[in-house]
Amino acid sequence: MEALLSAIPWGPVLILLPLAAGIVCFVFPSTAKTVGLLTVTLVPLAVAGLGWRLLAHGVYHHAIGGWGAPLGIDLQADGLSLLMLAMTAVVGFGVSLYATGYFKAEKSGRFWPLWLFLLAALNALFLSGDLFNLYVTLEMIGLAAVAMTALEGARGALVGAMRYLLATLVGSLAYLLGVALLYHGYGTVDLGLLAARVTPSPAAWAALGLMSAGLILKTALFPLHFWLPRAHASAPAPVSALLSALVVKGSFYILLRLWLEIFSPMSGGVAGLLGLLGGAAVLWGSSQALRQTRVKLLVAYSTVAQVGYLFLAFPLAAGMGLTAWSAVVYLAVSHALAKAAMFLAAGNLMRFGGHDRIVDLDRVVQRLPLTAGAFALAGVSIMGLPPSGGFNGKWLLLQAAVTQGRWDIVGVVVIGGLLAAGYIFKVLGHTFTQADVPHEPIAVPARMQWAAVLLAGGAILLGFLAPPFLALLAVGNPFAAGGAGS
Amino acid sequence: MSIASLYALVGVGLFCIGLHAVIAYDHLLRKILAINVMGSGVFLILIALARRGGIVAPDPVPHAMVITGIVVAVSATALALGLMLKVAAATGRAELGDEGGD
Amino acid sequence: MKWTHWLLLPLLLALAAGLGYAVLSLPDRAQGLQSAVAAQLDQSGVTNPVTAVLLNFRGYDTLLEMVVLLLALLGVWSLGASAPACSQSTPGPVLDTLMRLLVPVLVVVAGYLLWAGAHAPGGAFQAGALLGAAGVLLNLTGGRLRHGLGRVALRVALVAGTVAFMAVALLTLLGGRALLEYPPAHAGILILLIEAAATVSIGVTLAALFLGNDATSEREQ
Repeated sequence: MEALLSAIPWGPVLILLPLAAGIVCFVFPSTAKTVGLLTVTLVPLAVAGLGWRLLAHGVYHHAIGGWGAPLGIDLQADGLSLLMLAMTAVVGFGVSLYATGYFKAEKSGRFWPLWLFLLAALNALFLSGDLFNLYVTLEMIGLAAVAMTALEGARGALVGAMRYLLATLVGSLAYLLGVALLYHGYGTVDLGLLAARVTPSPAAWAALGLMSAGLILKTALFPLHFWLPRAHASAPAPVSALLSALVVKGSFYILLRLWLEIFSPMSGGVAGLLGLLGGAAVLWGSSQALRQTRVKLLVAYSTVAQVGYLFLAFPLAAGMGLTAWSAVVYLAVSHALAKAAMFLAAGNLMRFGGHDRIVDLDRVVQRLPLTAGAFALAGVSIMGLPPSGGFNGKWLLLQAAVTQGRWDIVGVVVIGGLLAAGYIFKVLGHTFTQADVPHEPIAVPARMQWAAVLLAGGAILLGFLAPPFLALLAVGNPFAAGGAGS
Repeated sequence: MSIASLYALVGVGLFCIGLHAVIAYDHLLRKILAINVMGSGVFLILIALARRGGIVAPDPVPHAMVITGIVVAVSATALALGLMLKVAAATGRAELGDEGGD
Repeated sequence: MKWTHWLLLPLLLALAAGLGYAVLSLPDRAQGLQSAVAAQLDQSGVTNPVTAVLLNFRGYDTLLEMVVLLLALLGVWSLGASAPACSQSTPGPVLDTLMRLLVPVLVVVAGYLLWAGAHAPGGAFQAGALLGAAGVLLNLTGGRLRHGLGRVALRVALVAGTVAFMAVALLTLLGGRALLEYPPAHAGILILLIEAAATVSIGVTLAALFLGNDATSEREQ
């Protein structure tokens, strides 16, 4: 049994399985739902297999084609990759469950191939150890995400998708230019080899700037967040969940890897800049969210704010690397679960009342208790109240900030939490009230409500799972490379 | 300055001109074309520097990267053009409206 | 151009200057992978180094890139109906004759490029681009392509390249090797098979992208 588990190439399986399923769904649209659900059930099992392999044998490494870097492409996975893959698998399962109830027949045949290819691309991204390969996966993700955003053809969605596509293409090209400079400067695009070879030089600085700028544009860090609110708000609900929860984390993951492995000796001032932008994102996103009148736009601005938290850790990493980076990963994973749950709940609200205006939410607590509960639980994690994954992440972040005397960051986190409480309770408050003009309710399928509850519960559950989470994160010591860790 | 560097500088110029155009102009077709120009700039840099310093055989890896890049660029352009047509049909003009720019 | 965009110009000039300086600072001798490629070229099954990199050493990138092409088509199809790409008028005699002459030539040259890719510049993408051009030409001169392929046949043609590549990948995995690790004795044949399927797929995909949302994909629901 153990020999079998060791022999299975978990990395390629995680990539090829959704690819094959996507192709089957494309050629035979009538089978789309079945094949899709089967795949998203198998992918978490494969992630578990990879996790077993990591715990038993250490860092996972797979040289594609047998050539090995720098000639070939390497797949590699450590604790950080595993947690990202697990996040993708769990959120993917919940959203897929929701999607089986959400999409009608004709759109279903379009959604499933796109989503399965997106899943394959995300898995390929988290497993890749080659910068150019990461570019191709970024493009896969971008095109799939844009196509899904425009799926239902609403006017707002089309404009949002167009803006998203233009932004993502510019970001990818900036990233690719950075890769070109690194290749021509150091002769390889493999992450591990570059980590050893890169020295501060004009080409490396230019590459750092370009790649960071491109990835920040794709992760929607303030002030390059302009494309996100309308794209995420006008997409169909399950697509919004995937975009906010998973897609922005992909480009963030690449930035994190580049930072940790290659650019850490040069980071200094750039880290401070990222922290500043992160703080601005938290304050701006949260205050914009407070001003919104529609649920989905509110949740989308909340994503802008939460992405800012991820960048607050960069200036803290110099002193207390392990705590700061653990905070980042905790926040990223909890946000994925919580934000997906919120978007799914918002989708239920829209399906129920035909609209998502906050003031006109009509006795949702009585008539859609599961959805209101899911939104509340997810809100707990977003606000950072115990017990939840969001709380653990913020706690670690505050710990790192206080120990280093960074009271400005502490202030931003506290104010951000208060503003988050403001916009969460704004929505929750209106779920208790009756609207001026009562609406005829449209039934929301049970699985759609339970999917939202499942994901929100996951965000809360993460609050209790700190020891295993941090233990998994430490496999392969991702934060020690390059001297950024403590 | 070698010939390779000269071509690479042209690539840098194309990238920056394309970046300016994608931000500054409102019409979607201009933005899409600008992105293609940016892509051409990056590809030119990749190819130009693949053969430097009198080595007889150029480095094949950047060539393969550029082939991949061209296919990706074509795919993205196709999707962008299709989306532009839909936006134009839905809103009456091929521009992003409200916030436009950037 | 709004006045704010005039402010961009100094910023972009600074960017250009910075990038130019970075490019000029790169070492004069290329330290790339040409020697590594040359050393392993005879194990790769082809003699053209670019094809070897594209289909063997970094074949995984090529597999993902074919999925990107398919994704673009999926995206265009899922956008829904749009205005018809071309009018349905019959072509004049000059255009018609030219089309009848050119399309077979395009197909034959595509076949040649596919074969030549093993030892000279060429390969699946170049051949596929020619086939795509032939498809576009056919469409521009009377829309005859619409009646070419049935629903399922069209989709199978579109995924043929990716499926072939993934089948080879699966075989290598099942054979206990690394992903896409071709046995050196059969590498040449495997590469040719993958490229042949890919040529068809790429050509059909490019032609379908040009057509936009065609009638076959609407009828299927």
